[in-house]
Amino acid sequence: MFKIIKNHVAKPATLAPLVAKSAPLASLVPKRASPARLLPKRASPARLLPKRASLAPLVPKRATLAPLVPKRASPARLLPKCPTGIQGLDEITGGGLPRGRPTLVCGGAGCGKTLLGAEFLVRGATQFGEPGVLMAFEETEPELKANVASLGFDLAGLVRRKKILVDYVHIEPGEMQESGDYDLEGLFVRLNHAIDSIGAKRVVLDTLEALFSGLRNEAILRAELRRLFRWLKDKGVTAVITAERGREQLTRHGLEEYVSDCVILLDHRVNDQIATRHLRVVKYRGAMHGTNEFPFLIGENGLSVLPITSLALNHQVSTERIATGIPRLDVMLGGQGFFRGSSILLTGTPGTGKTIIAANFAAAAARRGERVLFFSFEESPNQIIRNLHSIGLQLEPLVKRGRLRFHSARPSLYGLEMHLATMFKEIAEFQPHVVIVDPITSLMEAGTDSECKGMVTRLIDYLKGGQVTTLFTSLTQGGHALQQSEMAMSSLMDSWILLQDFEGNGERNRVLYVLKARGMAHSNQVREFLISNRGIDVVDAYIGPSGVLTGSARAAQEALEKASLLTGQQEADRRKRELERKRAAIERQISGLRSEYETEALELRRIDEQVGISTLLLNSERAASGRLRQADAKVAGALRHKTRLARTIA
Amino acid sequence: MTAKKTTPPATNPRRAAGKHWQLRLYVAGQTFRSRTALVNLKTICENHLPGEYSITVIDLLKQPQLAKGDQILAVPTVVRKLPKPVRILIGNLANTDCALVGLDLRADG
Repeated sequence: MFKIIKNHVAKPATLAPLVAKSAPLASLVPKRASPARLLPKRASPARLLPKRASLAPLVPKRATLAPLVPKRASPARLLPKCPTGIQGLDEITGGGLPRGRPTLVCGGAGCGKTLLGAEFLVRGATQFGEPGVLMAFEETEPELKANVASLGFDLAGLVRRKKILVDYVHIEPGEMQESGDYDLEGLFVRLNHAIDSIGAKRVVLDTLEALFSGLRNEAILRAELRRLFRWLKDKGVTAVITAERGREQLTRHGLEEYVSDCVILLDHRVNDQIATRHLRVVKYRGAMHGTNEFPFLIGENGLSVLPITSLALNHQVSTERIATGIPRLDVMLGGQGFFRGSSILLTGTPGTGKTIIAANFAAAAARRGERVLFFSFEESPNQIIRNLHSIGLQLEPLVKRGRLRFHSARPSLYGLEMHLATMFKEIAEFQPHVVIVDPITSLMEAGTDSECKGMVTRLIDYLKGGQVTTLFTSLTQGGHALQQSEMAMSSLMDSWILLQDFEGNGERNRVLYVLKARGMAHSNQVREFLISNRGIDVVDAYIGPSGVLTGSARAAQEALEKASLLTGQQEADRRKRELERKRAAIERQISGLRSEYETEALELRRIDEQVGISTLLLNSERAASGRLRQADAKVAGALRHKTRLARTIA
Repeated sequence: MTAKKTTPPATNPRRAAGKHWQLRLYVAGQTFRSRTALVNLKTICENHLPGEYSITVIDLLKQPQLAKGDQILAVPTVVRKLPKPVRILIGNLANTDCALVGLDLRADG
């Protein structure tokens, strides 16, 4: 399991090119991975002072954020710890088991005591360079090697390389006859020899209580055990002693009396037919520790304790946005889609298209060249591929190119913790950019609500730490109280899209709306979305006095609007034509009047001319008659007048 | 390894089956308890197995690697290697009755 942590830590590096955009925010939040870089800054306030003096930024950046990420107290003040390397256990115990002291691990049969001890040694030898001795009272060396090999530990190889020494102490009850006084120096000698021969720093005594079955003199045994633990402390080895859980006390023979530095209790409980292992640190002298019961499981990579509180809320955030694969949905989410590394919840009643939207998102990411991991708890991969083929979404090529990976499992296959561990493992292996969980509600059947919330919290923390965008679909039952049932989980989510179907006019229609989207301006509109063989299409729903109209009602409303628009258009056209006609009529009238006027003007001129001519004729006639009457004086005057008139006319 | 071989003069008629008793005594250092154990073991052997036994004393402080072979936990421990089957007897053999049972000498004693 440690491998996961390792990968997990290494991940930001692999994602680096993708989160390049997040530079402005990344620089604000101190990087967890490099405390060394931060320390000098804090240590030298002198360097900060000039900044403050110049008032460039009013408060130095570091100073504002320093209290946000509390540093652990310096290790010097704390008890020296011996990291176990077991995922989660070191986080609960604040660094590991007390170094140089014995730790008691107790629990009933099948709790994983021996495995915890074995992993403590194997991790110590492989990761921390501390050789270890496993003194087994119950299992022989070949048995142990075979058992831990199933957890991926190469005990045989470590034994060959002298990193681990396995000493099987055979105790056959009743085989030993006792006579008189004795002590357990033989055991001490063996242990001492084993420790010295490989320079061991860690010791595991697997079920020391087996001694109680072999040796009858309990007074001697108890005295010797007390001496043994003292001796182990003096030897300076970090020891793990396993013991069977007793009926009324922690161990069957009261070993906790002798080992008082650290006591860890393992427990295997069955709840609703699902067994979950729990770990609790009962006691840890001289150190803070998580006191809760933490579920743990034994996976393919050893033990993995899953503390809810393991990760602090200080993961990096990205300002990069990633498209949802549905352009209209991107528009609703502030025009750009989700934030990278955010958690998205998609809730809806059955058949509202959750998987389709999720698959669209997955396909869009895969087409961008990102890796997508699709956890399906209801459908098999092939079924999803086939079903989405029907809406024109081709997932198979993406799967073939290794961009999209499916992981299908029935929720009832195993307990919640095992699911979580499997998911962690898959995530660590595939290193996805986007994770889809479809649907998260199926997993709720595998545990109680609080367990499920705890699991989702851990999953989100884990994924956010690696800046993995996660989309959970959630099935809500019934048509109402949609938002209530998911309350517990919704607070963990950054974005929440609700799918709903409306029934009316003898049909069901799907709508979606963005219930919340942290950190972005998002649409408050209810949108209808249509699923056709060409894919998803988000359209405006008609919102009128009678509420949201969808489907055929929306179509009818649209037709109605279209018709009324057409009528208006026609009316306008008609009026326009009428006006045109009127104008033409007036124009015609105007031209009639004008021609009339011109006729009249012509008439006037003709009259003028006629008057002139008649006057001339009259004058000439008068002259002629005067001549006839020989009126000389008059004739002479008339002639002059006639000449003038003629000139005028000419 | 301190090997002491004691051959008693007298023979026990009841044990004259020609069997040789091979005993190992594991101790951790020359403590009072280990010395007592050796003395007690010798006494028992002399009384019951005169001339038919050999005792090998192994000091685990000097040869700790030998503890694993005979699965030694407690000291002192007497391991009866021969005759088979192997029998293990722990303690300083102060309780002779228990020691005889442990060494399987009582059945015919």
